[in-house]
Amino acid sequence: MSLSRRNLLGLEGVSAEEITTILDTAESLKEISYRPIRKVPTLRGKTIVHFFYEASTRTRTSFELAAKRLSGDTVSLSASTSSLTKGETLIDTAKNLLAMSPDCIVMRHSQSGAPHLLAKHIPISIINAGDGAHEHPSQGLLDMLTIRQAKGHLDGLKVSIIGDITHSRVARSDLIGLTTMGSEVTFYGPRTLIPPAADTLGAKVATCMEEAVEDADVIIMLRVQQERLTDVLFPTLREYAQRFGLGMKQMRAAKKDVVVMHPGPINRGVEMSPEVADGPWSLILDQVANGVAVRMALLYLLIGPEAA
Amino acid sequence: MSAPRPILLKGGRLLCPASGLDKKGDLLLAKGRVEAVGSKIDPPKSAKVIDCSGKVVAPGFIDLHVHLREPGQEYKETIASGTAAAAAGGFTAVCCMPNTDPVNDSAAVTEQILERAAKAGSARVYPVGAITPGLAGKALTQMAELKDAGCVAVSDDGHPVSDSRLLRRAMEYASGFDIPVVCHSEEKSLSAGGAMHEGPTSTRLGLPGIPAQAEVIAVERDLALAGLTGARVHICHISCAGSVEALRRAKEAGWAVSGETAPHYLALCDEDVGEYDTHRKMNPPLRSAADREAVRRGLAEGIIDAVATDHAPHSVLEKELEFGLAAFGVTGLETALGIILELVNEGLMSLSQAIERLTASPARILGLPGGSLAKGGPADVCVFDPAAPWVVEPEAMLSMSKNTAFAGRTLPGRAVLTIRGGKVTHQAKE
Ligand SMILES: [Zn+2]
Repeated sequence: MSLSRRNLLGLEGVSAEEITTILDTAESLKEISYRPIRKVPTLRGKTIVHFFYEASTRTRTSFELAAKRLSGDTVSLSASTSSLTKGETLIDTAKNLLAMSPDCIVMRHSQSGAPHLLAKHIPISIINAGDGAHEHPSQGLLDMLTIRQAKGHLDGLKVSIIGDITHSRVARSDLIGLTTMGSEVTFYGPRTLIPPAADTLGAKVATCMEEAVEDADVIIMLRVQQERLTDVLFPTLREYAQRFGLGMKQMRAAKKDVVVMHPGPINRGVEMSPEVADGPWSLILDQVANGVAVRMALLYLLIGPEAA
Repeated sequence: MSAPRPILLKGGRLLCPASGLDKKGDLLLAKGRVEAVGSKIDPPKSAKVIDCSGKVVAPGFIDLHVHLREPGQEYKETIASGTAAAAAGGFTAVCCMPNTDPVNDSAAVTEQILERAAKAGSARVYPVGAITPGLAGKALTQMAELKDAGCVAVSDDGHPVSDSRLLRRAMEYASGFDIPVVCHSEEKSLSAGGAMHEGPTSTRLGLPGIPAQAEVIAVERDLALAGLTGARVHICHISCAGSVEALRRAKEAGWAVSGETAPHYLALCDEDVGEYDTHRKMNPPLRSAADREAVRRGLAEGIIDAVATDHAPHSVLEKELEFGLAAFGVTGLETALGIILELVNEGLMSLSQAIERLTASPARILGLPGGSLAKGGPADVCVFDPAAPWVVEPEAMLSMSKNTAFAGRTLPGRAVLTIRGGKVTHQAKE
């Protein structure tokens, strides 16, 4: 299996066939994580730079684990150690990175489009590990893998994504990926956190929590960024939890076989009550495990022995 | 300086919307003035005769809104390079906004600009003074002194006066000296943090949006204050339908108001930001396709009086960045005519109407000389070929900065000869 692309900047423009290839590859690589020796030599001699301009221990750890299980060499560069703080531009930094001749840059950045800028200037594989409020494609893929494992398929499913849609790169990548695969996606959240023209992205927008929950096969709750409170996007965490949180009351109205997901880390009691997060519906830990598998698949397909 | 040789422009299509002239003929320029206009003029002995057959001979264009970056940011543009770019685009006069460093909020800065402009010489430079010292929006500048020093208007372009009471006072005070107030209309509390027009494209790209209402609310306020004070008020860079509508109503009310738009709002829309193209990032931002249509119609109908470029040069240091961090603004002097000719070719307006928006209309708005080919007026002329397509190549431009929104676009025609005060300031290479 192979992909006919060098970069993964987002799920926009990625075909259903490509997504299936990535998910199937992740599925077949997943078992490596359960072997006594969790390592294969696939990426021996390859160097992967983890360039995180914005802190994210979880995503970086997941990518690093993925690279190591495939025997790739990794270098980590974070905002504080990079020269970005010294007035160097992103392109300067990228060219410096390039001089170390890596095979792939995994990049997290607070600005939307930053990996696109990098891709225009340097000729190696770039994986977007989250850019501003734009996309987080590997998260979208791991969510799809988790759903596919739970439901057996992705087409025809109803997926509700609830919370801060406007600022969520996860919501965008989930939406794009899932609709490409034939799912129907509904957004719900405070009106201040639903982007203008959300419908033009291909999502339905629910008018109340009940509507968002009722028919859903999958509910994905998004993390509340506490600093949004100071932006006056919603009045209090208390009201947020009451109106936009997922608790037992909502779960009773949901379908029997509904599954619940969250990109983590959860604000317990805000977007999700502990009973829901730890209940039988929850796929949150599967998401974490699938994260490593999906990232192994991406590295394998983009810079592995059979990569284009 | 010796007086330039007389120039006889022969056999062109003389097009002067100000005087209603549109016919084939000759134009004689001497002693910095238009000496004669006629169907056939015999050249005086010393005259330089230039064949203009197949070309349009129009008044030199007047740009109400440019940023020359001098003093303070000479690495982006200087008065010399900016006026050279103006001449290349067919402009013989430009009004430069006061957001320089230092800000043009005193006679000393105005005089410095005029001195350098006199040396550079490629275009007439009309400084616009600040409304408030340092563009800080706190107090009034000495507008009467600014006018005496040579400012043709006042504006806090880029930093809209948010205090409505202060803006009212500014309009009242300025109108006492017949100084036009030029408004950058933007409600900052709505636009703050935004990087592009708020709509489907900003949502897709995950970029913070600037709703059209951030402009409309401010335009409505600024026009309402024009009605209250009776001041001459000019609205800058109109980009959306709501502003056109507001201006239409204010004009119907009989207020002394006018408005301009820029070529990029006529030719592009928010979708053209594409994959984070920072050369499509400006303020106000490129709006929706429907807004673009409304602005085009507003210009054709004359509700929007003029096309100004809002020429805003930025170096790669400000543009080769993440979209959210890149500076707002694009260059425009060298591509404006081409974009206007596209509109003419599309049948939106006649060539005469189009040229009026670049000549007579801006001259009238700020009471500037020129904008006409009338006998006795300044010998400011643009000769252009409306049917000589060319491809926009940033590297070939005369502006020091290459941040054009139209790189690679084929434009239908361009200026081939620009004359300011009877002297050639630009001649296209054949
Ligand atoms: Zn402005």
